[in-house]
Amino acid sequence: MNNLLSLITFVPAIAAAILALFLRGNDPAAQRNAKWLALFATVVSFALSLLLLKGFDPANTGFQFVEDRPWIMGLHYKMGIDGISILFVMLTTFLMPITIASCWNVETRVKDYMIAFLLLETLMLGVFTALDLVLFYLFFEAGLIPMFLIIGIWGGANRIYAAFKFFLYTFFGSVLMLVAMVAMYHAAGTTDIPTLMTYKFSHDPIVVLGLTVTGGLQTLLFLAFFASFAVKMPMWPVHTWLPDAHVQAPTAGSVVLAAILLKMGGYGFLRFSMPMFPVAAHLWTPVVFWMSAIAIVYTSLVALVQTDMKKLVAYSSVAHMGYVTLGIFAMNAQGVDGAIFQMLSHGFISGAMFLCVGVIYDRMHTREIDAYGGLVNRMPAYALVFMFFTMANVGLPGTSGFVGEFLTLMGVFQVNTWVAAVATSGVILSAAYGLWLYRRVVFGALVKEGLKTITDMTRRERAIFAPLIIMTLLFGVYPKVVTDIIDPSVQAMVANYAAATTQASN
Amino acid sequence: MLSQDIAIVLPELVLAIYSMLALLVAVYTGKDGLTQLVTWATAAVMVAVALWVAVAGSGSQIAFGGLFVDDAFARFAKVAILLSGAAILLISEDFMAKRGLARFEYPLLIALASIGMMAMVSAGDLMSLYMGLELQSLALYVVAALDRDSKTSTEAGLKYFVLGALSSGLLLYGASLVYGYAGTTSFAGILTTVQHGVPVGLLFGLVFMLAGLAFKISAAPFHMWTPDVYEGAPTPVTAFFATAPKIAAMAMIARLVHDAFGGITVQWAQVLAVLSLLSMFVGAVAAIGQKDIKRLIAYSSIAHMGFALMGLASGTAFGVQAMLVYMAIYVTMNLGTFAFILSLEMDGKPVTDISLLNQFSKREPLKALAVLVLMFSLAGVPPMLGFFGKFYVLKAAVDAGMGWLAVAGVIASVIGAFYYLRIVYYMYFGAEQAGAESKMNPVQWLALMGVAVVMLAAVVNFFGLEPAAVAAAAALVG
Repeated sequence: MNNLLSLITFVPAIAAAILALFLRGNDPAAQRNAKWLALFATVVSFALSLLLLKGFDPANTGFQFVEDRPWIMGLHYKMGIDGISILFVMLTTFLMPITIASCWNVETRVKDYMIAFLLLETLMLGVFTALDLVLFYLFFEAGLIPMFLIIGIWGGANRIYAAFKFFLYTFFGSVLMLVAMVAMYHAAGTTDIPTLMTYKFSHDPIVVLGLTVTGGLQTLLFLAFFASFAVKMPMWPVHTWLPDAHVQAPTAGSVVLAAILLKMGGYGFLRFSMPMFPVAAHLWTPVVFWMSAIAIVYTSLVALVQTDMKKLVAYSSVAHMGYVTLGIFAMNAQGVDGAIFQMLSHGFISGAMFLCVGVIYDRMHTREIDAYGGLVNRMPAYALVFMFFTMANVGLPGTSGFVGEFLTLMGVFQVNTWVAAVATSGVILSAAYGLWLYRRVVFGALVKEGLKTITDMTRRERAIFAPLIIMTLLFGVYPKVVTDIIDPSVQAMVANYAAATTQASN
Repeated sequence: MLSQDIAIVLPELVLAIYSMLALLVAVYTGKDGLTQLVTWATAAVMVAVALWVAVAGSGSQIAFGGLFVDDAFARFAKVAILLSGAAILLISEDFMAKRGLARFEYPLLIALASIGMMAMVSAGDLMSLYMGLELQSLALYVVAALDRDSKTSTEAGLKYFVLGALSSGLLLYGASLVYGYAGTTSFAGILTTVQHGVPVGLLFGLVFMLAGLAFKISAAPFHMWTPDVYEGAPTPVTAFFATAPKIAAMAMIARLVHDAFGGITVQWAQVLAVLSLLSMFVGAVAAIGQKDIKRLIAYSSIAHMGFALMGLASGTAFGVQAMLVYMAIYVTMNLGTFAFILSLEMDGKPVTDISLLNQFSKREPLKALAVLVLMFSLAGVPPMLGFFGKFYVLKAAVDAGMGWLAVAGVIASVIGAFYYLRIVYYMYFGAEQAGAESKMNPVQWLALMGVAVVMLAAVVNFFGLEPAAVAAAAALVG
């Protein structure tokens, strides 16, 4: 099976094409067929990705399952995975069936909705598997199109503003990366990512517009990539598109956005910025550290005062992503392991948080925190699930959220104590907004008229949450399942980085 | 040898003879009754000539003592010109018939303009360059005013004529300066002269010529005529303006700067870089406020010309290749877009107001999807082909050390993305109300769908466009 990666990546796209070309009509039967086909395709993709996990050799720090075909312009269609990317592929294939199942109640333009999600899955998987710069860019950027449509067509009242902001913001970030990629192609003569990871880009100071740039070409390339990944991540202060996009997006859109799309930024740092521009990354580490620390504290404070549940969870995402950038730029094994762990864990937890909001939004059609209260009286199962994920989001030991934050902070502490101290305060703040949200929505007396008839979670909804709960607990009590896979690749990357930076400072 | 010279220009001659004969036949027999026949026949002849040029031509030959050059570069441009011209004729036939514009002169004028363009891209001398340009321009002035009872169409024709004459004047003035300082009008002769030092007068001449040509490709700051003429002229004419003449003028600039001024790349590269920069930004910013889709496409074409110029401004063979690929992709995209615009109508009347596209995706899901693909392609968003055009020119600019132009270009493309998204926004997210319908004949439907499929499928291997562009660039810069 040397086409396994392509197969996993393109199964959803093929299903989307079948839906687009052969499924006619908009009656309930056609809608049901569309949903089942989409679910089937995502499950097939997940099942195939299990083969990936089975055949993967963690001890090998190189790329595995590599496919390579020549393409136009001297580019290559090259795919492959290593210890860093494999779990992102797994995360994507694991979450997509859940996402599809979560939008079972959608009734407007169901076929188009399913097509958009299936295409989005293909594009996201492509991002994590592409081993050619331009191929990566192609997947990275193309993902904007389905997401733009998902927000714009199925979103909330202010969806058009949010869709445009989302598209233009992230488009702007990534076109700068495009120019940097072209410059890398020019400098190194190849777009092959494994080759570029060992290619030493010049870090001799150069003069641009009369200013001397320390770190030279590396700094310029690093900043261009940073523009793209920082927006995608999103890092403070370029995070403002995220709350808008989240609030307006439909539930499933929010889930994908928070759980998978945001991870592209972190993955990009690990795949490009750190291995390819180590000298520049080292120079900019203090800046990134403080940006992340500010992000954690500032967005946590902002989350505290939100009146919209989705916005609160969105800001909490920004804060949690702050730990990821901290861990990555600490560039020691704990930090990077923790960052990857945090991204995976955040994938489950934030996805689940948005699903939790979605459950009551489907019933009440409002996301205002004030509109709820006392839900525990009528929705005990929901109260339990919501409690579980609130705790996981806070980082309670025993859940995956704790492991990620702990590892990251441990990594950062070795590099910069002050930043670690500031970032740790974010844990407390996240407990504050998380628990306060929970108290206002779930506890208290059930006095609101509209809530008196609210029903508890259906069997479908419980089934959606079950795998997420299992994974969160599994990762929380037995993190070795993750670190065993990622650690050798991370160690290799950290060693290369250390070698490159010491060599540059000598 | 005259017979050899004639053999080289035979494709142009055949097209010219066909045009004359068809004109005579139509005038003396059925006149406008023959329009449909003449349209299809002209398109068929143009396609046949294009295939002939593509298959039979080989190597580089010159005719008439250097006035006319036939090389891979000229052939690439000619094939693109003829095919796009023929395609425009076919997709617009239905529109013309419905609006009472079915005149047999239209296809023949297009054919004559195509001959002019073929002469332009093959020019090896300032004289033949000017001849080709004028033949093209005169034919186009007339078709712009084709709808002679319409105030806007006649206005467009007049505007185009006056400004076109001005630009021809600039070009001619520049050419005379070049002639005066170089002592010759042949490109080869000018090339020899500039290799032994460049007199200031010659540079003046070069700048004037470039200004005149910038009018023809509607590069900023010589773009002012474009939105008015695009809006005023009948839509099929606009479609033609946006495609074939752009390739011809762009190819002619490439020919002029490389064949005649190849030794002084630095001198003209900066002029082209400035034109490119201004065009990209003017096109991107000015289109934002447009409500008429034809005006919007006019500004979009200005921006696209800016990108194509970026390839040329790099001054390398790869830059020429990038420009050719960009133009080929641009023309294909426009073909699909105009097939769609031509079909738009409301209550039986053609409409071009963008806001009438509201919720178009509900009325025509498949067409809306195709237009969505085209819009993202025009915006340069991957995986559509439009992105690869941009990637090509960016690579050319960065390779030539013009990183600043590449950065400016991508920033302009983000601004530009906004208005393409606006069309998608109307089609998919717009308010529910009565809107335009798209009534297509099979040819238009095929053009729209075909182009949309090409935008996605050609990503796999470019359908052989790349080797052809490589050969063409090598023939010119080599």
